[in-house]
Amino acid sequence: MKYSLYNLVKNSFSYHENWEKAWSSPDLKPEYDVVIVGGGGHGLGTAYYLAKEFGVKNIAVLEKGWIGGGNTGRNTTIIRSNYLWDESAALYNHAVNLWEGLSSELNFNVMFSQRGLFHLAHSVHDMQEITRRGYSNYLNGIDAEILNQDQVAKKIPHINVNGRYPVLGALLQRRAGTARHDAVAWGYARAAENLGVDIIQNCEVKGIDISNGKVVGLQTTKGSIKVDKVGLVPAGHSSVLANMAGFSLPINSVPLQALVSEPVKPILDCVIMSNSVHVYVSQSDKGELVVGAGSDAYNSYSQRGSFDMIEHMMAPLVELFPIFSRLKMLRSWGGIVDVTPDRSPIIGKTPVKDLFINCGWGTGGFKATPGSAHVFAETVFRGEPNDIAAPFSLERHFSGALVDEAAAAAVAH
Amino acid sequence: MFIINCPYCGERDQTEFTCHGEAHIARPDNPSEISDEEWGRYLFFRENPKGTHFERWTHDHGCRRWFNVMRDTVTDQIIKTYKMGEAKPEISNE
Repeated sequence: MKYSLYNLVKNSFSYHENWEKAWSSPDLKPEYDVVIVGGGGHGLGTAYYLAKEFGVKNIAVLEKGWIGGGNTGRNTTIIRSNYLWDESAALYNHAVNLWEGLSSELNFNVMFSQRGLFHLAHSVHDMQEITRRGYSNYLNGIDAEILNQDQVAKKIPHINVNGRYPVLGALLQRRAGTARHDAVAWGYARAAENLGVDIIQNCEVKGIDISNGKVVGLQTTKGSIKVDKVGLVPAGHSSVLANMAGFSLPINSVPLQALVSEPVKPILDCVIMSNSVHVYVSQSDKGELVVGAGSDAYNSYSQRGSFDMIEHMMAPLVELFPIFSRLKMLRSWGGIVDVTPDRSPIIGKTPVKDLFINCGWGTGGFKATPGSAHVFAETVFRGEPNDIAAPFSLERHFSGALVDEAAAAAVAH
Repeated sequence: MFIINCPYCGERDQTEFTCHGEAHIARPDNPSEISDEEWGRYLFFRENPKGTHFERWTHDHGCRRWFNVMRDTVTDQIIKTYKMGEAKPEISNE
């Protein structure tokens, strides 16, 4: 059923009790052409684009938990593309271009709000960094404005620009913003199922069958299946799945946490990021402040961040916005993020034939969801990455051609 | 986790310490002879296990010395701490 004004009115006569389910729970079939392991936004999107743009018919998405229960529902929903290097700019801007049409493409309101993102600079070095990155963005066709202290103070009335670490300026991307993260997973799931994709929840992959160097099947908690091609999109558990297929990855899995405040009336109409004092904050449409910062420095699969990190997030927030000091924080949660040495993702082939991987998005995968899914779908279909995905191969860790967004750009996501 | 038993100072709060990643990674003996792939594996590839992990920590706000920790990455429970140079403990009761 298409979501439309007509159907909204029609269903109101039955008190909205007869809407059909957005996606069903089909049984696992014994054989698939393509199986995507991981039912987050990236995985569901991959299945959607495989069905829509490449006409693949027999696809399943296997999710060990429930749709939207992993990192897709555990982030701070920030979307931007103002990365330093050409390779990253191409990838993340491809995503922003797709974000702009996503709600109408999926017939599902993902509440993409291009409210603008201010990346704050607190020192001469920060100003040099945002200036360099801003000009790099210009050259890559990404919108960027370099603002001075007065301009920042005027645009963000509540900010304290004269704190212990004064705000000297900011890099503004107006096309950046936020989206509703659950809706992204739900919208892709619904659109994918409409194209015939089987979405199998509560189905964990326990083993990967390989014959003569080619993937041939999967062992799951709901039985074994035969497959022609497999795309692994597992985020935090990337290394676990890679080990099942007999190879390892340049990845460490660490907890990243975020928290939200009690809801208040509209007070912050943009996204604020600061790497130097390290906090990022935006206000959701419900009125909650959504606050995030750095990940923990130790490996963990616990889906819990360390307690002291909360103080590290709150101290800079209150320093920048003294007006928030009496807000109560309602909830905090952690996700497990798969971090690579250069903080860039891994998209492409693996040592096993017809087994592809899309992982290593680390602390910043949400913003890339449509772009990542789109380029990965083409990679799985053609068996080769396209021009956008090619620089993000696993082989870059042997050739040395890293896409170093860790040291070069400010990558608190 | 919360409390970490430094082999030199005893039990201290977790916030005094920093984790520095996987332990027991030996630098190749013959750097000029190994391939780019072997270098890549030494530099970047990590075990990242879901379960028992061996890792290096420093007691930054204490004795400032390095030591090793054997820890479960699912529960974050520390199984053992031991000094640098001591043998890697066996993983028991799997």
